[in-house]
Order: sequence, then structure tokens, then C-alpha cells
Amino acid sequence: MSEGAESPSELAARVKAGDRGAVARALNLVDDRRSARRADALVLLDALEGQGRGRRIGLTGAPGAGKSTLLDALATGLRARGRTVGILAVDPSSRKSGGALLGDRFRMGASARDAGVFFRSLAARDQLGGLAEVAGASVEVLAAAFDVVFVETVGVGQSEASVADFVDTLVFVAQPAAGDLLQFMKAGILEWPDVFFVNKSDLEGLATRTATELRAGLDLGRGEDPADRPPVLSGSARDGVGIDALIDALDAHHAKQDRTGEFRRRREAGRLARIESALVRRYGRFGLARLGGRPALEAFVAAHPARSAEGVIDALGARFEAGFAAKSEP
Amino acid sequence: MSPRPDSRADSRPVSRPEKPWLFRTYSGHSSARASNALYRSNLAKGQTGLSVAFDLPTQTGYDSDHPLARGEVGKVGVPICHIDDMQTLFDAIPLEQMNTSMTINATAAWLLALYVATAERQGGSARKLRGTTQNDIIKEYLSRGTFGFPPEASMRLTSEIVSYTVANVPDWNPINVCSYHLQEAGATPVQEIAFSMANAISLLDSLRASGDLRASGDLRASGDLRASGDLRDADLAKVFGRISFFLNAGIRFVEEMCKCRAMTALWEEIGRTRYGITDEKMLRLRYGVQVNSLGLTEAQPENNIVRIALEALGVTLSQRARARSLQLPAWNEALGLPRPWDQQLSLRTQQILAYETDLLEYDDLFDGSHVVERRTRELMDAARAELENVLAMGGAVAAVENAYMKQKLVESHTARIRAIESGALTVVGVNAYRETVESPLVQAGTSSILKVDESAERAQIESLRAFRSRRNAAEVATAIRQLEDAIRAGQNIMPPSIAAAKAGVTTGEWTEVLRRVFGEYRAPTGVAASSAAAASPADSQVRERVDALSQRLGRRLKILVGKPGLDGHSNGAEQIAVKARDAGMEVVYDGIRLTPEEIVQSARDEGVHVVGLSILSGSHGVLVVDVVERMKAAGLGAIPVVVGGIIPPEDARALERAGVRRVYTPKDFDLARIMGEIVDVVAEANRAA
Ligand code: B12
Ligand SMILES: Nc1nc2c(ncn2[C@@H]2O[C@H](COP(=O)(O)OP(=O)(O)OP(=O)(O)O)[C@@H](O)[C@H]2O)c(=O)[nH]1
Ligand SMILES: [Mg+2]
Repeated sequence: MSEGAESPSELAARVKAGDRGAVARALNLVDDRRSARRADALVLLDALEGQGRGRRIGLTGAPGAGKSTLLDALATGLRARGRTVGILAVDPSSRKSGGALLGDRFRMGASARDAGVFFRSLAARDQLGGLAEVAGASVEVLAAAFDVVFVETVGVGQSEASVADFVDTLVFVAQPAAGDLLQFMKAGILEWPDVFFVNKSDLEGLATRTATELRAGLDLGRGEDPADRPPVLSGSARDGVGIDALIDALDAHHAKQDRTGEFRRRREAGRLARIESALVRRYGRFGLARLGGRPALEAFVAAHPARSAEGVIDALGARFEAGFAAKSEP
Repeated sequence: MSPRPDSRADSRPVSRPEKPWLFRTYSGHSSARASNALYRSNLAKGQTGLSVAFDLPTQTGYDSDHPLARGEVGKVGVPICHIDDMQTLFDAIPLEQMNTSMTINATAAWLLALYVATAERQGGSARKLRGTTQNDIIKEYLSRGTFGFPPEASMRLTSEIVSYTVANVPDWNPINVCSYHLQEAGATPVQEIAFSMANAISLLDSLRASGDLRASGDLRASGDLRASGDLRDADLAKVFGRISFFLNAGIRFVEEMCKCRAMTALWEEIGRTRYGITDEKMLRLRYGVQVNSLGLTEAQPENNIVRIALEALGVTLSQRARARSLQLPAWNEALGLPRPWDQQLSLRTQQILAYETDLLEYDDLFDGSHVVERRTRELMDAARAELENVLAMGGAVAAVENAYMKQKLVESHTARIRAIESGALTVVGVNAYRETVESPLVQAGTSSILKVDESAERAQIESLRAFRSRRNAAEVATAIRQLEDAIRAGQNIMPPSIAAAKAGVTTGEWTEVLRRVFGEYRAPTGVAASSAAAASPADSQVRERVDALSQRLGRRLKILVGKPGLDGHSNGAEQIAVKARDAGMEVVYDGIRLTPEEIVQSARDEGVHVVGLSILSGSHGVLVVDVVERMKAAGLGAIPVVVGGIIPPEDARALERAGVRRVYTPKDFDLARIMGEIVDVVAEANRAA
């Protein structure tokens, strides 16, 4: 089946039906920078908007913390519970050359062979529209096809904020090491995650200590009711220890989100944040202000509930560019 | 044996020549019967030891009829599935009188068990056996690729073979710590020394730590009557003395000679300082050598005859650093498998060196040479520093898991290839002196390599099935259960493995038990973190073309580098992956030993523009076509496929007919050019875009 032969709405239907080839083509499409393809991408994304039943879970943590290994273990565990899994791994290894060696897929053991697990690597290249936009759109595609969607990003600090914009749950994978707490606090990591997982518990002693430190840090750092503080779990991705408990914690977080309405709130807020940051990236704070600032943006989004974030970004962008072009006419 | 003073410059022997090293030829193919015939004729030609090459299914623990074995049975070595195969392999070769080197690692315990069982069936005794199991898993992770289990389990297996043989097969070399394969993966002499020493230390440390191996009872039960207890000093010295090495020797043969001297000295130093060993005999580094193959060329292949001879000289010239055994590759190394005639030429090379030259009549020629001493010291100092570095990281196992050593090898290899590309490193016939008349050795239309009979696989599978149906199923089941129980109980694996061999358990069944207990492991590829090389003008040009095509494609050009099958030759794939990244492509490379299904799934999920397959084991006929067919079936027929490896010209044409766009072989050393062609291929395939 060639990419040209199928319309974006046909493609969307196939994605929703869980056709893996279609998912791959859809991911190619939302990553395509050619303006001619952008229109198709928007049709696709609009068709998928709000349809994605998949839960979105971000996995972040320092390089080498074991995120990819954990993904393999989680995918295996979820498959055993009958759920399908889509994974987006954002690899930071791009070079000056623009090239990248995408290394996360390597860690997928047996689950890579499972027809119910889909894995796409994405290079964190500096590209038009920025990584966050492509990643956000890719997550939408995966969420339309699979029960659970994971996004792996490396990061300490800033990047959690942007991942948090397109996931329902953020898991921080901590590397057991003494004295990390200060690092965590400095990087502001304690503020974002919904679940902490201290990995490599097979390395004696260290994991327990790190978990204790994290809990202490959360007691100090996060004001909420102790009952609302994020759980700190530990286990070994390598040996498959603590994985079931982690899946249970993720499910519990989702159940709670559904119960409290946090789920909708967060998705809305995330959508808005993605749109805002994309516009700021493209046109600057000044540009956003010219569009009427955040209130105008909120109004526009509220008026177009069925449009994808990308659709809104382009529509507002077009408005800005038209206005700018008109004003700068001699 | 000092030279007899002789004032006349005549050419009579100066002294009674020393006994030469062991002459070996690494061989085996098709079937146990065919290999047996080959061994017998090699022995008749004056070869003095055997060196068994097993096929990849045997090395990775699959029976010949396993799906992963398809296309690989009997190809690069002999298939051994059970005791009858082993018996056939050594038919009319009394094992008590033989010295046999087995290149076997993940399944070393099993093949040794089959060997012991065969010797006993021949009426011999284990105690008298002499030979070597390679049994070095660290270098499998770093270079050779026939690993099976995670590092911890592998170290345990290695240690158990050591402690079993030290007690029960006293003249056996239970492990051959290999620096050979590191050089074949690009290692510099310093890396070769440092990483192999780190490897040996990790083994010795783990043996010392698990001193209670003795106490587990199984050794006593199997004939070791000594009192149990900790691995005492005397035992440690004995173990140290049983560890042998397998070295490489490249074309820079003076430096290689110094490297051998440096290793000898460093090993002794480690024995004394780290393990407190004082017995001079135990402290002597014992090693065999296979000379370098990585530098043997496809272009003007007859030049390799000279390279091989010079490399052999490097490890025999200095008496103090002379190899105990030597294997030489053949002149047609880069073309394919050697025929008996090709191997005979290599054996003759050794014989000329040993019996015609006066090499063996002298004491060490270089003792007291300032030049040699200095170079040796430099190598030792640099190697010691790198060794300290690896030990500080937690030792060889840690430096496998964090990919440090692998990454260093990939980087060194990248530097080597760069130097060939730029001309900084001269390779005669490849990047210099390329003008040539046609070689009578490789005339068009005639094959100059060994063709393994395609029917060998089928015949082997039939004989395996017949074996399975004639053995006693109940005995097999019991043996398997006892094996598993023993492993889980932490007992030495050898006794129950020997029992399993006698009961008729197969290679696949034995390994399956271990896979179940230990799990499987994939070693890091080392490419992700390898640092980018500085761009040459040719590179910058390709990069611009990649950028331009990426613009046109809408996404950055993305390539999947895949290694289907059991083939462990990763150098080519690694270097292509690194180069593609440096040329500006996004690269998915997931390491060796993937199935065609996995590769096709990756190609689809990852949305790549081109798939590049690398196969050197000779199974391209089956595996490449399988990938191409599966891609078509998955609707990915429009994605072009290119292939590289050891692909004879007539096979290359057949692959092209099956839809492969380009085929590359070792003579295509210019990686920038290959990248340019990949850009062309992708551009062609996306003309409409
Ligand atoms: C180095 C080497 C090894 C190393 C491998 C280290 C490693 N990690 O790669 C070691 C020592 C471990 C090794 C082991 C074995 N080897 Co070996 N090895 C070689 C050797 C000498 C060189 C291969 C090499 O690395 N060349 C350097 C790289 C850069 O070149 P290359 O891979 O050919 O790649 C170039 C092109 O082919 C092309 N290319 C390759 N792949 C791709 C992919 C793409 C996408 C593209 C575009 C291009 C491309 O581009 C590259 C640039 O020039 C060859 C003989 C020779 N001189 O070629 C034998 C050879 C390949 N080995 C051979 C054998 C039999 C073995 C063993 C199976 C022996 C045994 N029975 O145990 C073992 C087991 C290995 C295993 N697990 O599969 C045979 C294969 C026979 C056959 N095909 O019929 C050969 C041909 C030697 C021989 N004549 O017997 N080997
Ligand atoms: N001991 C131990 N090692 C682990 C565990 N999980 C992962 N590792 C190892 O940690 C290293 C990094 O694992 P990855 O899964 O690649 O880590 P990552 O966080 O995805 O790394 P990047 O993608 O490079 O940031 C590998 O060597 C793993 O084998 C664990 O539970 N225990
Ligand atoms: Mg990762």
C-alpha cells in the first residue's frame, strides 16, 4: 500500500482500527515537514482528536536510569494483562551532522517481537515546529491505536515540563545513587512526576536508600496532603521486579484522575500549553500578544473543541501571518 | 640452547632446533563425517593438533532443525547436536592422544561434556585429555557474538568449567582468554592487552570469591577427592597457571612481537602482585595465536600470502614471546571459506618457518635490544593505565554492561577505517598500488572458495531426527531434570552435563535448560555513544546530499541497519551505522542476531527510508531473500534494500535479481562512497515524492 494512495481520513480509520502499518504511515505523516503534506496531517490529526482511548504515560529520568529497559518490562506486563502498547522513544543523541543513532529500541527484548507492541524512535533533532510538536502529534496517533502509550524522554529539569503537556501520567525513573536528592531538588524534579520508580533495586541497598530520600524530599517539597503525594516505588527493570506494582500504581493514578475530573482538566491544560508554546516558539511572546494573548487563545480553543492542537496552532498561525503580511504592506 | 660459537660464516645449524609450536588449522564444515575426513587428512599432512570450528547453531545452542538455524547448518563449522555427532567427528582419532582446541563459548560446558563422554566411549579417561575450550564470554559480548546468557550466569559457567577441569581434567586449558577477537573488532595493541587482562582478572576474582565451589560436593562426587574448602593459595596458583590466552598478530609485526612480550611481563606482574603467586611455572603466560584476518583483503588476494607469513613471523621470531600454537588463515580469507588446498598452503607456511628457516636454532634474538625493550615498556605502561581505568569502573563485566569497552573498540575501528579511506594507512592493492594483472587464483567463472553442500543441512536434520527417535526418552527427561535441578541448586554444571550427553540430550535441549534458568542477554552495540569522527571533504559532500534529500522527503533520511540470522560479524554493520549517522542520517541499529520478522517489524514501525542488511556468515541466500519477501508482504516493498558482507559475485547477482538494490563487499572500503550511493538509492525509490 503506497502512502499516496490513501486519503488521510482513510488512514485515520485504519489507525483507529489498530492497523500497525497505518500507524507507521501516520507517524511518518505527522513528522513530515513538507507543506503539501501538512494539510493531510491536519486532516488526520483532526480525525483522531479526542478519539484516542489510549492512556498516555511519560517516562523520564537521567540517561542510563533504565527507562528503555523498564519499557520492555512494562510492555511485557501490560501484554500479560491483555493491553496493547505503543511506545515513542525520544532519543537525544543527534549530532552536529543532524544524524542520530537511535539506541532505545535495542533494549526491547521479547516484547519487541510481540504484535501488540509498537515502537517508534524519534530523534530530538532541531526541526521546524520543534520536537514537542512532533512528539505531541505522534502520541495522538499512537493513542488512537493502542491501549497504553509510553513516551520516553531523557531529561532532568526543563524537559519534564513539556512531556507533562502531552501525557496523563508522568513517571520519573530514578537511578539509585547516594546523594541524588540534592540533584533532584535542584532540577525541580520533585514537582512534576505523578509516580516515582527507583530502578535497579538489584543493586543492593542503594535503591532503598534513594527511595527513602525521595520520599523525604517529597514531604518537604510538595505541599499537598500526604495522601496525595506521588507514590515512590522501587524495583528492577532488568529482573522484572516491582513491575506489577508499578502497573497497579499507574492504573490507580488513572482511576483517581477519572474520579476527580483531573483527567479532563489535565488534557485540556496540556493541549493549551502545547498550543501556546508552539505559537511562542514560532512567533515569540510578541506574536502571541498580537493574537490577543492567552485569553484569546483560550477562547479560540474553547470554540473549536474538535480540532487537534496542531490544527489550532496552524489556524492561529495563519491568522497571525495574514495580519502581519497585511500590516507590513507598503 | 645457546648458539655454538662458529667463526666460519657457513650455514650449518648453529644448535639443535627447539621443538616447534603446535600447528593447527581452524576447520570444520557440513557434517561430522565430512569434518572427520578433513581432520584425518590434515593430521596426515603433518598438522599436530586439531582446532574445531562449530557451526553457528551449535555455538549459540540451537539444534539443526530450529527455525533460527535455517541456512546456517554446517556452513561455517561442523554441526554437533548430540553424542553420536561428536563420536563421528572423532572417529578413528583417539582423543587421549590428541590435543584439541574447541572454539566454543556459550555452550562450552556442553561441548566439553560431549567430548569427555566421547573419550569415555572410546575407552579413554577424562584425566588424560588435552586441549582447550575457548570459554571466554566477555569477548563474545565485545566482538564475537556467540553469547547466550547474561554476564553473571556466564561468569558462573566459565568458573565452573575451570574448577571442574582443574580437578578432573588436569591438562585441559579450560579457558582461552581471547585478545584475538578484540583486534579483529578494531582494538589497538594497548586495548588488546588491557581488555583481555581485565577479562582474566574478572574471572580470577570471581573464582577467588566463589572459593566455596569446592565445597558444593559435586566435584568430590565426580572424582575430586581432595578436601573441600576455600580455593586455597595452591589452588589459586593452579587455576592461574591453567589460564591460557589467545592472541592476535597483525601486520605491524615488530610491534606485535613487543605486544606479546608486554603481555607476558604484565601477566606475571598481575600474578605476583594481585594474586600473590610465586611459582615461576604458573606465572608464565601461555598463549596460542591466530594471525590477523581483518587486514586480509579481497582485492589482490594473493598479497595475503605474504601478509600471513609476516604475521606468523611476528609471533615466532622472539623465542621469549613465541606462541605455543599457531593457526594461520588462508589467502582467500576475504572471499569466503577456505578449501583444503588453501588451508594446506597456510600449514606449509608454518612448516617452512619451523623447519626450513633457522628460527628455532636461537635463543631470544631480542634480549638486550633497547629498541624492543622500549617499545615493550611503552605498551605495558599504556596498557596498565587502561587496565586500571577498567578496573576502577568495576572490572570487565561492568565495562561490558556500560558498553565502555565495546564503544572503545568501535571508535578504534572507525579510526582505522578512516585512515584507510584517507590513505593515511597504506593497504597495498586496496588504497595503493591498485593496478593489477588478472590473478590466476581468482579467474572469472571459477570458484576459489569452499562451497558447502546445500544438502548438508537437510541431511543433518534427518540424522538428528533419527537420533531423537532412537534414544531413550525417559532417560533424556531425567537427565534434563537433573541438569536443571543441579543448576538451580548452584552445583557445578559439568557432571550433570556429562550425564546428559551420555543419555542422548541434544545441544538445543541442553541450552534450553540454561536459557530457562538464566534468561537471555543481548550485549550493547557500542555505537550509540561512539564519538563522531571529524568530517573529510567527501563526508561533508555526502552530508549536504543527505540534507537536501531529507528536505525533499519531508523527514530526515532514516536507515535501518539490520543483522539477520545467527551471524555475529558486527564490524561492518557498526561502521556503516556510525558513518550513516555522521553523514546526517537517523540510524536504527539493534545489534546482531535478529530474525527477518524482527527486522521487517522495525523497518515498518520506525518508518525508515532504506534497509541495509549485513551478513558475513554465508547465509545471505536464505536470509536476505526472506527479509525482502516479508517486506513485500507487509506492504513495504517500496522501501529499498541494500546488502553488504561476504557475498560472492554470483550470489550478488542473484540477490539483485531478488530485488536488492546494491550489494557491497570488503573491497568497497570507501564508506563515504557507499553513503552517497545509499542517497542515490533512496532518491530513486522516492522519485515521485
Ligand atoms: C573480523 C572477522 C571476524 C571477527 C568479527 C568481529 C566483529 N564483531 O565483527 C571475529 C574474529 C569475531 C570473527 C568470527 C568468526 N568468523 Co569471521 N571474519 C572476520 C573477517 C576477517 C573480517 C570481517 C570484517 O569485520 N571486516 C571489516 C568490515 C568493516 O568489513 P565488512 O563487514 O566486509 O563490511 C564492508 C562491506 O562488506 C560492506 N558492508 C558490510 N555490511 C554492510 C551493510 C550495509 C548496509 C552496507 C551498505 C554495506 C555493508 O561495507 C563495509 C565497508 O567496506 C572476515 C574475512 C574478511 N577479511 O573479510 C572473516 C569471515 C567473515 N569470518 C568467517 C567465519 C566463518 C567466522 C566464524 C563463523 C568462524 C567460526 N566457525 O566460529 C566466527 C564466528 C562469528 C559469528 N558469531 O558469527 C568467514 C565467513 C565465511 C563465509 N561467509 O562463508 C570469513 C569470510 C572468513 C573466512 N574466509 O572463513 N570473524
Ligand atoms: N542492574 C540493573 N541494571 C539495569 C536495570 N535496568 C536497566 N539497567 C541497565 O542500565 C543501563 C541503561 O539502561 P537503559 O534501559 O538503556 O536506560 P535508559 O534510561 O533508557 O538510557 P538512555 O535512553 O540512554 O537515557 C543498561 O546497561 C541496562 O542494562 C536494572 O533494573 N538493574
Ligand atoms: Mg533509553
